[in-house]
Amino acid sequence: MFGLELSMIWAVLIAVAVFLYVALDGFDLGVGILFPFAKDARERDQMQASIAPVWDGNETWLVLWRRRLCSRRSKAYAALMPALYLPIFLMLLALIFRGVAFEFRHHGRERGKKWWTFAFSAGSIVATIAQGLVLGGFVQGIAIEGEVFVGGPLDWLTPFSLLVAASLVAGYALLGAAWIVFKAQGELAERARRWVKQLALLTALAMGAVSLATLGVDARVTERWGLTMTSVDWPVFIQLAPLPVLAGVILFLLWRGIEERKFLRPYLYAVCLFLIGYVGLAVSLWPYIIPFAMTPADAAAADNALQLMLVGALVMLPIILAYTAFVYWTFRAKVDDHAAYH
Amino acid sequence: MEWDALLLSRLQFAFTVGFHIIFPAFTIGLASFLAVLEGLWLFTKRPVFKNLYLFWVKIFALSFGMGVVSGVVMSYQFGTNWSVFSAITGSVMGPLLAYEVLTAFFLEASFLGIMLFGWKRVGPGLHFFSTCMVAVGTLFSAFWILAANSWMQTPQGWAWAEDGTMIATSFMDVIFNPSLPSRFAHMVLAAYLTTAMVVAGASAFALLKKRALAESRVALRMAVLMMALVTPVQIMAGHESGIVAGEHQPAKVAALEGWWETRTQQPSVLVGWPDEEAETNHFEIAIPGFGSTVNNAGPDVVLPGLDQFAEEERPPVWLTFWAFRVMVGMGLAMLVLGLWGAVAWALKRLDGATWYHRALVLAGPSGFIAVLTGWITAEVGRQPYVVYGVLRTADAVSPVPTGSVATSLLFFIVVYGIVFTAGALYILRLMAKGPEGEETPPQSHQPPGTPLGAAIKEAH
Repeated sequence: MFGLELSMIWAVLIAVAVFLYVALDGFDLGVGILFPFAKDARERDQMQASIAPVWDGNETWLVLWRRRLCSRRSKAYAALMPALYLPIFLMLLALIFRGVAFEFRHHGRERGKKWWTFAFSAGSIVATIAQGLVLGGFVQGIAIEGEVFVGGPLDWLTPFSLLVAASLVAGYALLGAAWIVFKAQGELAERARRWVKQLALLTALAMGAVSLATLGVDARVTERWGLTMTSVDWPVFIQLAPLPVLAGVILFLLWRGIEERKFLRPYLYAVCLFLIGYVGLAVSLWPYIIPFAMTPADAAAADNALQLMLVGALVMLPIILAYTAFVYWTFRAKVDDHAAYH
Repeated sequence: MEWDALLLSRLQFAFTVGFHIIFPAFTIGLASFLAVLEGLWLFTKRPVFKNLYLFWVKIFALSFGMGVVSGVVMSYQFGTNWSVFSAITGSVMGPLLAYEVLTAFFLEASFLGIMLFGWKRVGPGLHFFSTCMVAVGTLFSAFWILAANSWMQTPQGWAWAEDGTMIATSFMDVIFNPSLPSRFAHMVLAAYLTTAMVVAGASAFALLKKRALAESRVALRMAVLMMALVTPVQIMAGHESGIVAGEHQPAKVAALEGWWETRTQQPSVLVGWPDEEAETNHFEIAIPGFGSTVNNAGPDVVLPGLDQFAEEERPPVWLTFWAFRVMVGMGLAMLVLGLWGAVAWALKRLDGATWYHRALVLAGPSGFIAVLTGWITAEVGRQPYVVYGVLRTADAVSPVPTGSVATSLLFFIVVYGIVFTAGALYILRLMAKGPEGEETPPQSHQPPGTPLGAAIKEAH
């Protein structure tokens, strides 16, 4: 019994780590996605300077998430990875280009700088698309027999996963634009305000489309929401209806935040929008850790490994969050023209 | 040899880890070097230390970035290419790797932001603290990785679970396994020496070009001090590591020594061409009996040769044998350069020793070569096992199609080729330019009575 509870605690902690990753690395990937729309090299420098001190810490949540999966969900992980081999590998390649471009842009001469500017932006876009494909491939279900992946190498490539990928690009770009509103001033901030408005609408549309498409993935999801193509099971749906309603409210608040020229609020509302999408997804998939194949208890690692990790996480996570907050506080000021390197 | 997913996954892992290890090996040492430089600057207020800090921190940023991105790749490969290994060992090794993220990665990544971009935003004390946290983070990280890898070399404190996976019976035993102390010491010292060789090479180059003289003289002395003091300690750590391997992994030691025959008074093979078909070394030059002496064995002690092990239990001999010799050769070169430098320094001829400076420039990459060949000795020598004596490498690979692995390997080669060539180019360009040498005003405030104080005094 205790083992089961422990594995549920882990499932929740992993869910939190994934969300922190999305909320944090989402905005710095988003800034990369918006790079092509900047007016000139100076604006791009400002955009990059707004994320340079924090991107590395943000990306570490991705590694934590992976390591967590490896240790505590070892079986889930072993089944998942071969199934999503190619999109994960694509994401890694993209993150390489994007990661080194932060430094390389400042060291390249004319041609080099142009190339690394391109690599930063393309890397951000491709990494986001790849994450969307992984998410889409994951949600639509993975062919597992026993505890082994039995599908093909391109199973993840479906219209559904492509839709999720496109939506994630819009969503990360929204986070990025809202972050620029927070960090930039002058012309760039004005431009970012317009981006936020356009991207908020786009993201809302995308969330709606993905939600509807998810209903078609598996009968269990349809049942959970009480929705089918032809009928609505009101008593079931009414319990979950607050989620889409809340999404609408937050969209409105986000819009008003921009109109009222708030700095930080648009970003926080954008994060809330992501949170709702995330909760909606969890509602659809619960209690599976690999959709429709494995639950947390099925996939958990040995109890003493989970306990050791729980101790580590309980001690270290508050410390990590404290100094992460300290770093964000240190760099809270808006970037200016002199915010260049070092 | 068949080009299947197993071989390709092994090649891919070897290729990506080989690239990756270069950067941690350099940045572990460089982070500590930077912490020392900044501490000295705060303590002495001499601009020469600040100039050196601001120069090497740029190189650190470039190397660290490349280490991070190549490290993320490593981290994912356990799952993508070695999912069976991950599933079987996850409950034992998983917590170790997760502790690395919790105690090291976040620390490094967060304080790196302040270290690189906070020069004008935080006070000098806090900035120094950040540099120290980054340095401590690199050491924590090395500890956990070495704990995990050493457990794979000398596994203990585990048992089979009913479902065929491993569980830990004691995490203390898992972490503090027999080969951890010597191997952790060996790796950290290797990182410090690697950095010292690069700093020595770059400083010697600047002195040859007559640039940034004050800075280069100080940095050269710090590097010579490190070489002269640490190389002998490192040779002892390596020796200890070999003794532990002899106890727990006799097949590895037989392969790296080139011993085919089980006997007393094993020879010390200096060079030779191991032939796995004929089970002998061609063109061998050896010191009879000396091999036993080096391995702390008396004249009557029988030491196992490869004939003790069935062919399918032997590691690849040629590669293990030669990787080991190249590593030892690099170590001996560092020892000679350290002594040469110490003598020149004592004779007050260090700054004008042109031939010594040229030798140092040539030896700049020697630490990297030693680290790479040392890891090849350790990892290839562990074969055919991934967890020594327990889990075979062939049984640990993912059920991934050969085509997928071939595709990813090909892309990794191309992408690493582009990215790391550019990175190396930028680093070499910075080194060729050297530190921004301001004329340092004379200062009286120096740390008295320390070798470094003497170094600083003489640099003037």
